[in-house]
Amino acid sequence: MPAEDANPLAPERVARAVEEACQAFADARTAAELKEARIAHTGDRSPLALANRAIGTLPGPERKDAGQRIGRARAQVAQALSAREQEVVAAELEARLVAETVDVTVPVASAPVGAVHPITALMDQMCDVFVGMGWEVAEGPELEAEWLNFDALNLGPDHPARSTADTLFVDPVDHQTVMRTHTSPVQARTLLTRRPPVYVVCPGKVYRADEFDPTHLPVFHQIEGLVVDKGITMAHLRGVLDHFARAMFGDIRTRMRPNYFPFTEPSAEVDLECFVCHGESVGNPDRPCRTCSSEGWIEWGGCGVVNPRVLVACGVDPEVYSGFAFGMGIDRTLMSRNNAADLRDMVEGDVRFSRSLVGMAR
Amino acid sequence: MGWLREYAALPEELDARELAERLIGYGLEVETVEDAGGDVTGPVVVGRVLSQQPEPQKNGKTINWCTVDVGAHNPEGEPGRGIVCGAHNFGVGDLVVVALPGAVLPGDFAIAARKTYGHVSDGMICSSTELGLGGDGSGIIVLPGADDEGRPLEPGQDAATVLHLRDQVLDIAVTPNLGHCFSIRGLAREAADAYGVPLRDPVDRPLPVEVAEGYPVRVESPACSTFVALTVSGLDPTRPTPRWMQRRLQLAGMRPISLGVDVTNYVMLATGQPLHGYDLRRLRGPLVARQARVGETLTTLDGTTRTLDPADLVIADDSGPIGLAGVMGGQSTELADDTGTVVLEAAHFDPVTVARTSRRHKLSSEASRRFERWVDPQAGYAAARLAARLLVELGGGRLEQSETVVGRPERPAQQRVPVDLPSRVLGVPVPPEQVVAHIAAGGTEVTLEGGELVLTPPSWRSDLRDPYDWVEEVGRKVGLNTITPVLPVAPPGRGLTFSQRARRAVNAALAATGHVEVLSFPFASAQDLDRMGVPADDGRRRLVRLANPLADTSPYLRTTLLPALLAAVARNSSRGTPDLAVHEIGLVFLARPDSGVAPRPEVSRRPSDLEIAALDAALPDQPRHLAVVLSGDWLPAGPGRAAVPASWQHALDAADTAARQVGVTLTRRAARHAPWHPGRCAALLVGEEVVGHAGELHPGVCEEFGVPARTSAMELDLDRLVELAPRGGTVAPLSTFPVAKVDIAVVVEESVPQAEVEAALREGGGELVESIRLFDVYRSEALGAGRRSLAYALLLRAPDRTLTDAEALAVRDAAVAEAARRTGAELRS
Repeated sequence: MPAEDANPLAPERVARAVEEACQAFADARTAAELKEARIAHTGDRSPLALANRAIGTLPGPERKDAGQRIGRARAQVAQALSAREQEVVAAELEARLVAETVDVTVPVASAPVGAVHPITALMDQMCDVFVGMGWEVAEGPELEAEWLNFDALNLGPDHPARSTADTLFVDPVDHQTVMRTHTSPVQARTLLTRRPPVYVVCPGKVYRADEFDPTHLPVFHQIEGLVVDKGITMAHLRGVLDHFARAMFGDIRTRMRPNYFPFTEPSAEVDLECFVCHGESVGNPDRPCRTCSSEGWIEWGGCGVVNPRVLVACGVDPEVYSGFAFGMGIDRTLMSRNNAADLRDMVEGDVRFSRSLVGMAR
Repeated sequence: MGWLREYAALPEELDARELAERLIGYGLEVETVEDAGGDVTGPVVVGRVLSQQPEPQKNGKTINWCTVDVGAHNPEGEPGRGIVCGAHNFGVGDLVVVALPGAVLPGDFAIAARKTYGHVSDGMICSSTELGLGGDGSGIIVLPGADDEGRPLEPGQDAATVLHLRDQVLDIAVTPNLGHCFSIRGLAREAADAYGVPLRDPVDRPLPVEVAEGYPVRVESPACSTFVALTVSGLDPTRPTPRWMQRRLQLAGMRPISLGVDVTNYVMLATGQPLHGYDLRRLRGPLVARQARVGETLTTLDGTTRTLDPADLVIADDSGPIGLAGVMGGQSTELADDTGTVVLEAAHFDPVTVARTSRRHKLSSEASRRFERWVDPQAGYAAARLAARLLVELGGGRLEQSETVVGRPERPAQQRVPVDLPSRVLGVPVPPEQVVAHIAAGGTEVTLEGGELVLTPPSWRSDLRDPYDWVEEVGRKVGLNTITPVLPVAPPGRGLTFSQRARRAVNAALAATGHVEVLSFPFASAQDLDRMGVPADDGRRRLVRLANPLADTSPYLRTTLLPALLAAVARNSSRGTPDLAVHEIGLVFLARPDSGVAPRPEVSRRPSDLEIAALDAALPDQPRHLAVVLSGDWLPAGPGRAAVPASWQHALDAADTAARQVGVTLTRRAARHAPWHPGRCAALLVGEEVVGHAGELHPGVCEEFGVPARTSAMELDLDRLVELAPRGGTVAPLSTFPVAKVDIAVVVEESVPQAEVEAALREGGGELVESIRLFDVYRSEALGAGRRSLAYALLLRAPDRTLTDAEALAVRDAAVAEAARRTGAELRS
């Protein structure tokens, strides 16, 4: 074996060691292989480590030159190692991510699908329209004194609604309490407890001795509005109804049809312009509208100027204050808004009904 | 519509639908507009029977093979058409109604020449039912020789006009304030006003001064203010009601009966004044309007024998009551097939008296409906005269000259109302002259004095009493939709109340955690409580009963939400959804032993504070509850995952979820409480107060309610939870020093609830304990029977320093010592 071959500091040997190291690094495919290559080519027993140790044996003048050469060689190898390390890590990560791929379409629920009842959601939405205008939400008992449900609202003792055919009475009848037939007693309560100006909505359950069929429920939900302030007119009532209708259904109008209610005078029924066909189905058999039965308008509720008799009974001076009130069925509103065919579905507790409008009733 | 035009000179070209729109604007609830006779199309003509050949058939029937002359519609060169007819109530020479091929009758019944019973029947001889004219369909129509106007009928001429087949019919729901519109007269007035056209009032004269020359009448009750009696004698009982009157009655929804009855009904429809006809032969002595006497009975025209109440107003003669005044006549004096002399009654009765009698006897009639809403007290005489005239003209009778008129209607009181009131209330300017014109058009005497309207309402209006009634009267004529909308500005509001926000948050959180809100009827039965095992002294037995429940099986109001939710679970299960988590938020009703009568104070003033307090004191407690019921699987099995059955833990979790929304951490205590499993029921506490219960239901209850075994439930008093909720709250400074973690395992008796151990550890550990979490429960033979090991992870942290190992150990020792003291816990080595 030639003598220079035995010299670890021979330039050819150093160059070959660098070359072999770089090749080994490049050949390494995994972190483990790379580690093996690193130990072999940069470890204590690697040619360059041996060369490095051999520098000390050299006479002074040669030592500097050899030191520089070996230093460069070792730096070159270290750089190659580092570059390869990064590549291998990236490749390994890539492979791992591919291996970890899942089917994102499998069911993932950790809880069943819950839902707020559409009636509740609609009621909240309606209240929010008024809260947004600075009104407040008033509530009251569902089992109510007859006086608050009838007398205070100008329904006298002989009013037909006070018969057992229409109203659910609490036993004994002479205790004069009933299941409220409308949310209007809350209006009376509000006027009895607050000084005007009053701007409130009263949502809630109401009761009638009514049939239980696809279009009638003995227990249903109403929302009523009441404003009592100085200088309130029918024009304000129209303004509020129009705003309410637009907030709920988009760019539509309302109309009034004069009617009769004991607690308001003048009284009117309020209709919504059909928010689906906007009246285009009227007299147009080619474009029938399910929502308004091709009538162009949808009955929405009753309204009117608060009868001064009601103000008097609640201790408000009708010479100073006037007001208006309106009321709608929430169940019926839901029925026409969402094309529900049968009111009974709303109260039978079938979870499919509540779930059918999850998130859409907001 | 034809009838309306008789009184109101409406434009010729006016369609009923257009009129309906205008009347709706005037406050009349026009529900439908129907083209009567519109379902009869094509040739329907008058025919004369030329020949009639009876032909017995194998099926036992006999048919008539007829030749009918239909004038211009006869086949070329033939005297008539051959038609097969099954009816027999006609003969040769009779005029009949023939539907020719091409005609369509009600029910989309198309007429064509068709072979039947061995002949080609070239049309059909019609009965009144086949033409949609009502009647009993017992035979075909045989026409008289002339039409109602006396013109002779010709074969081949259009039969629809002869039969008054076609008209337009408005179906109107009359509101209580517009009682006068319960008549063609009133509707004509509104229509004439709306179109500004002349009105011919069928009530063409007021009530004359009192006279007592006719049939004797005595009025003994103030509930009868006027009474007119006219007598028509010499009636020919065989005279039929003319076709036009029958048709009008029928289109108004009444059934033609006989000329006498039909005329009174017709005049009532025309004028709004109910009339009653008595058969003179059957009257005994004077007609008396008086209160009924105790024990009196009356058999009304509907065949029902009624025991009368002294509050009932009756018409009586010497035989006793013969009619319920304003409601229904009696059988004993009813008009018969052979009545020759009729005594016509046209009276005015007090609306409230009639309404009460009608309600008391559950008997509502065309008359009572009108009296309840007010009948014009001036109309009686004119109406009776009109009826008498019709009986004379149509029945060949004679009106007796001697008349009876009792009573004099009060003239409505004069009122004064500021002329600008309508403008001020409607929010639209209405000039004074327009206000006056609108009011005058309705028949009110009105003048303007200074700024005030001086008003005397017409006798047919009872609704014009208050100043605001005049606003309505003007408003409906101005048109409410002409008012420009103005949005009022409310003073700044405070938003939803804490309780309202809390309720929404609870509902939303339950929905977000998998619960479906349902709404149920709050009616209950005592059996439900029995089935739930609720003991006799339980608060949920404080039942409120309804006097007239919708169903006799559920006469009470609910005191718990659970039965309805269990029913919902059973229903959903039966409909194929067995895995359920449902919740409901709603009122329950708990009777108060001390609740008395709710007063009904005067309405002419604000009730006193005492009266208001008494109103509230009469009501039961009505707290708002929240309940959850869970059954089947909380989660079904999925890929790589077993099903998670719904359990008591989910019920407890739902309570915690709800409480968390209002900042409450519930504590729990084992409880025995129906309807829950005695070993799996928690009382839910805020502080020391029980606000509800949760857990697994008793197996017997599941069976009773038909819900799956291990159904779990929670119910709490949501109002109380919200009341007890902390408000505001404070945020402590957040320590950024490192935590020290300490695990503690202690061994306790099974009977010791972990909550007590946890509380002892927390309190023993003191302020440095930031959190504590149970992470394992372990039982083994080595521990011994009836004992378990509870392992807790504690996080310790100081606000101002890093804790040393020694400090952490000291905390641990103190915690364990307290647990040992309170619960006998031993540190597990």
